[in-house]
Amino acid sequence: MDMNEIKEIFFQECEEQLAELESGLLKLNDGDRDPETVNAVFRAVHSIKGGAGAFGLDDLVSFAHVFETTLDCVRSNKLEPTQDVLKVMLKSADVLADLVTASRDGGGVDESRSRSLVKELEALAHGELPSSSGHDAPKPAAKAAPAAKVELPKPSDDSGFQPIPFSFDGFGEDDEPAVEGSLYEVIFKPRRELYSKGNEAALLLRDLSRLGEMSINCDTDALPALDRMDPEASYFSWKISIRTTRSEDDIRAVFEFAEWDCDLEVKFAEEASSNEELPMVPVPFDLSILDDSSAGEEETASERGASEEAVAAALSAAETASNVSRAARVAEKKESAAASAAAQNNAAAAAAGAGQTIRVDLDRVDRLINLVGELVINQAMLSQSVVENDATGTSAVNMGLEELQQLTREIQDSVMAIRAQPVKPVFQRMSRIVREVADMVGKSIRLVTEGENTEVDKTVIDKIAEPLTHMIRNAVDHGIESPEKREAAGKDPEGTIKLTAKHRSGRILIELADDGAGINRERVRQKAIDNDIIAADANLSDDEIDNLIFMAGFSTADKISDISGRGVGMDVVKRSIQALGGRISISSRPGYGSTFTMSLPLTLAVLDGMVVTVAGQTLVVPLTAIVETLQPEASAIHSFGANQRLISIRNSFCPLVDVGRVLNYRTTQANPVEGVALLVESEGGGQRALMVDAIQGQRQVVIKSLEANYTHVPGIAAATILGDGRVALILDVDAVVAASRGQSMKPEMSLAATG
Amino acid sequence: MSYAVKNLIQGSKELIAFRISDQEFCVNIMSVREIRGWTQATPLPHAPAYVLGVINLRGAVLPIVDLSARLGMKDAEPTARHVIIVAQMKTKVVGLLVEAVSDILTITDENIQPVPEVSSDLERQYARGILAIDKRMICMIELDALFPDTESEVA
Repeated sequence: MDMNEIKEIFFQECEEQLAELESGLLKLNDGDRDPETVNAVFRAVHSIKGGAGAFGLDDLVSFAHVFETTLDCVRSNKLEPTQDVLKVMLKSADVLADLVTASRDGGGVDESRSRSLVKELEALAHGELPSSSGHDAPKPAAKAAPAAKVELPKPSDDSGFQPIPFSFDGFGEDDEPAVEGSLYEVIFKPRRELYSKGNEAALLLRDLSRLGEMSINCDTDALPALDRMDPEASYFSWKISIRTTRSEDDIRAVFEFAEWDCDLEVKFAEEASSNEELPMVPVPFDLSILDDSSAGEEETASERGASEEAVAAALSAAETASNVSRAARVAEKKESAAASAAAQNNAAAAAAGAGQTIRVDLDRVDRLINLVGELVINQAMLSQSVVENDATGTSAVNMGLEELQQLTREIQDSVMAIRAQPVKPVFQRMSRIVREVADMVGKSIRLVTEGENTEVDKTVIDKIAEPLTHMIRNAVDHGIESPEKREAAGKDPEGTIKLTAKHRSGRILIELADDGAGINRERVRQKAIDNDIIAADANLSDDEIDNLIFMAGFSTADKISDISGRGVGMDVVKRSIQALGGRISISSRPGYGSTFTMSLPLTLAVLDGMVVTVAGQTLVVPLTAIVETLQPEASAIHSFGANQRLISIRNSFCPLVDVGRVLNYRTTQANPVEGVALLVESEGGGQRALMVDAIQGQRQVVIKSLEANYTHVPGIAAATILGDGRVALILDVDAVVAASRGQSMKPEMSLAATG
Repeated sequence: MSYAVKNLIQGSKELIAFRISDQEFCVNIMSVREIRGWTQATPLPHAPAYVLGVINLRGAVLPIVDLSARLGMKDAEPTARHVIIVAQMKTKVVGLLVEAVSDILTITDENIQPVPEVSSDLERQYARGILAIDKRMICMIELDALFPDTESEVA
């Protein structure tokens, strides 16, 4: 596995972490105060930072670090996650996502935006707690450096004792901070996972020893008798006292990659001498240490530690007592939070063990799906030839074939389930759009999502994102009123958009409801009249008026904004939904909001179709388009104009479209009485009767792309392979209907065929 | 030294020769994926006359082109003896209906004679050279020139 592959995995994981981050933040936004949620959010940012650091993605690391610091304040209950705080955090999550994308695909990010967010985050971390010990991590280090410089002249005071002042000087500069560091108590208790992941406690301790001087005590109390010992378990724990100028965070950083697999406690035992609250104290204190170090250079580390401890304790006793105890308290609180987080994380991991997942390349899955498609076709071919050669139909072969048929069906269903993915990622993207657009138009809107774990084929997920984005923007921009208007109408100034997904009779239903003003029917009607979409005296029901917004070139927004309302609105949405084999409808109640309902097929790889014969050719008509089928009677057929014919169905007249004629399969119109009419609902709501010669049956077919090796064919959506092994074409109902209206057969948006 | 390596060094290439009515043509063997027998194709509506339709090639939908018609000769009347040369053109795969595959040739660039000045644009468009082999004349054609962007211009 080369670096690029590892990097690719990192970015994949980043996406998961970002999703986790966002959902966690949204939960917090909804008032969830579960420490585990906070921890999940923290972990997500932390993991991104860790991985980014490994790949040297500095921008990402530095932003993630600031973000993490602020989150840490929330985690340790130093910062209350209020709405305002979370707003900044959600924005930061967006920027983090941008940075990840930029790191992967190249390209830049909005520097000013991320800079201002960094400032906001820092302000949050600082503003709320001016003297917090956990967050001010960099401070002691920063302070220590100038302190060391101030003291530099001092060794030269002692130069009388030192034959080579220069070397002493250098020594002083290097060593002084170490000598002056604070004392931390670290309790490190690895769990068995630590070892099973290939970590080694000794190496971690060795790394820790580089931070400063330390003494280690190994606690072997937990070690059971030899016969009761589990060779893979972890029994030892270590108690370490370390004196270092580094911060607690640095100590934790040593255990960064083992953090979730051990119980780690870092306790602040003693303040660094260069405490900012004691500006005058360091002078005598430092002198004593200098004496110490210059006189007793060969002193053992522990002795020196002990003496320093005593001096420091005495000196800080008076003024810093309260400060220290506060810091220790805070540290302890943080510890318990981290510990419980680790425990819960462990529990979650254990629970997740039941539903393990693997990461598989999409190409492989697609290949498998293709092969299963072949299997289904082959099985159908086999049964067909057996049936042809076996008139009795009772042989053992037939029985076996039936079982095979069931098995293939099951295999097909299971394979399709592999591609099924929850709609969650798309829904999460929508929450970002709501945030951004609401910000832009100065509205306050919350997005409520439901059923985001509803699963649907990945291709469908990929393709609904765009129309859904469009609709969400519309809902935010036009649907929800401004806060003032809402207040005037007696509503909550904060608008709500509800996005729901659910399974309904083999399809997925996505609902987008807003609690805005609803559709202004008068204005829609007037607009439709102005735009020549309907006649001025047309008598339309409320429903029909609502559905006018799906007509091409219709935009009701008074002012055209750059968010929505360019006149290419809902008609595009409707087209793309229909291209997916879906339907969309709207219902609206003035004053209470509108609801868009989309119904989509669960997969684009197979389609339920009606197999028909037209001029000797076999065609498949998508079942979703067919409203009913009927056998026309001669009396119901009426000629209309030169070569148009209408069919009367229950006293309404419907244009008759000869499919064979439209597709150039024959040059003359077929006799309708000899064929079958399929009543189809087409784009624009109008009904047409499609004339075919005969219906062969209803079948689930595997969609094959025509474009892969050929090009788009007008009137044809895709191809499929039937039981006899021959290719059959899938009719593009909308295009055929449009052609019958006299529109030219332009290449239309095709029924997205994959596989 | 293996045969292939020798060919590579000498700059020679292998060609597949096939017959359409009484003429012989050849294409670079590297663009040929397989050769298979004729099966009935499903006609495509609104397709140019030389596109016979599509067939099922192990699950892929493969358009079939009547090479005779495409080269401006009379339309083929496909029989069971006809063969389909499955050729790769850029990203697309197309089946070419020809009467029979006659030979596999190994030639070097010296064997290729320039196309004589003829009036027809069509011949000049696809012919890349003429080979004289065993007193036969074989016309080398360039598939990519026959189907620039595979049919998109005739859609």
